[in-house]
Amino acid sequence: MTFFLIASGIKVFMVFNLIMVGVALLTLAERRICAWMQDRLGPNRVGPQGLLQPAADGLKNFLKEETYPALADRTLFSLAPLISFVPALLTFAVIPFAAPLPTPWGVVPMVVADLPVGFLYILAISSLGVYGIVLAGWSSNNKYSLLGGLRASAQMISYEISMGMSTVAVLLLAGNVTLSQVIAQQQQGAWFIVSLTLAFLIFFISALAETNRLPFDLPEAEGELIAGYHTEYSAMKFSMFYIAEYSNMVTASALMATLFFGGWDIPFTSWDQTGEASVWKTLATLGAFGLKTGFFLFTYIWIRWTLPRFRYDQLMALGWKVLLPLSLGYLAVIATAIWYLHEQLGWTYGTPFALVLGGVNLVLVVAVVWWLDRGRIVSGSMAEVG
Amino acid sequence: MAIGVKVLKRPTAETSYLRATLKGMALTFSHIFRPKVTMQYPEQRATDDWTLSSRWRGTHRMLTDEQGRAKCVACGLCPQICPANCIKLVPGEDEDGHRYPLIYEIDEFRCVFCGYCQEVCPEEAIHVGVHYENSEYSRDRFVYDLERLCAQTHPVSTLWDPSDQKGE
Repeated sequence: MTFFLIASGIKVFMVFNLIMVGVALLTLAERRICAWMQDRLGPNRVGPQGLLQPAADGLKNFLKEETYPALADRTLFSLAPLISFVPALLTFAVIPFAAPLPTPWGVVPMVVADLPVGFLYILAISSLGVYGIVLAGWSSNNKYSLLGGLRASAQMISYEISMGMSTVAVLLLAGNVTLSQVIAQQQQGAWFIVSLTLAFLIFFISALAETNRLPFDLPEAEGELIAGYHTEYSAMKFSMFYIAEYSNMVTASALMATLFFGGWDIPFTSWDQTGEASVWKTLATLGAFGLKTGFFLFTYIWIRWTLPRFRYDQLMALGWKVLLPLSLGYLAVIATAIWYLHEQLGWTYGTPFALVLGGVNLVLVVAVVWWLDRGRIVSGSMAEVG
Repeated sequence: MAIGVKVLKRPTAETSYLRATLKGMALTFSHIFRPKVTMQYPEQRATDDWTLSSRWRGTHRMLTDEQGRAKCVACGLCPQICPANCIKLVPGEDEDGHRYPLIYEIDEFRCVFCGYCQEVCPEEAIHVGVHYENSEYSRDRFVYDLERLCAQTHPVSTLWDPSDQKGE
């Protein structure tokens, strides 16, 4: 028990620091990558290649003045950054980030809390973050901020559903919501990206919307709402929204890696999940997990600097008229396929099982790309003049 | 009555979002590896395709004669023409009857860098300079006196190319 407490304490400390450092580096990566995409160099002055830029930014934010709008609700105005900051950091707790680490006192699973409710916990906590945004928008007593907050809540609700639906497919296949079990299942056969390609696509789009990233950054929308819900925030309070946004990105990327890309699994090998736990195995799998998460983080940045923002009705139409029916229909198809393979043919999850599902997905993806994506995805809601 | 929106009939056969997105992403990705246009300023002050124009009008410079005296004869034309009223000139005269400026000050904060002072100067004494780095630690350092104006070494503006006076 004592060992569990100490080990957990150390893990919490490590994960917290890793996320904070990761977020800091991510802000730099965002600025540098966006600069490169625009044929610029980006911040490269503070430290080698600008590596100390986040430290300088952090220091600046600590030293800046905390401003309060005259008519703001002081309590909620101060509370809102915390409400969005804490859930953003909490969600990472259930994501396994490496193979178990052997110590002289026993084997330590490399996850802060391997909760039995695993994935449900992430869905529950991550949607709490929107309270922070809504309260920030409301307590600022600024109509633009309020609009940003409203948009955030509507967007969150719309995309939460299709996100949940797309993960139901994962849970059907894994038979479990515990993320370590989901990873173990993927190590049995192929990664779920093969067997649930379309679910990944839906999840990916919804995750972009959930983290308020472009092309779904309507709550901020600096062109329309002058930074939306955090217009009135300055100094560290603003910084906390910023950190929350980026740590949500880290969690969403880690979640995509875990649910669809085998988590810490190293592809085409089995030595990482079989046999004795060893330090090298832990480090190698940690590296694999880091690479996968890093790839998705890069994709986040990549998409942000490629796409323009949606119009609001397009956003809602995409969420409710495209993604929700698509994910529901997909769920029906994939559940039937799993039922047929599992119950009728008596197969258990393995490579052939995954390949058959992969075939089904291929057909569906082709249908989406060649039929649905013919002017039917982003149309917006419309009513004829008259 | 619901708000009516004018709906444009768009061609659905060619309209695609996913493929257009991927196309755009390929473009932005390829830009990561293209040569950058940034000029690394303090180290690098000119690039192959950017140098300061010789007609640039920056902070002033007073030219001097062989004895190191200012060429200015205190005729008073430059404070007269100056639209920003930033030149302060108090003329003096020595025993030989040569006029010279007792006080010649230019407030670079008031100056609008029109270059009229250089154009009007009959002695080609006062010039606007091809120069743009003027940081100081206090505001009063921006009132340049005669000594300071004479001590400037940066190139002076040509205002126009003598061989191409119309700027064609």
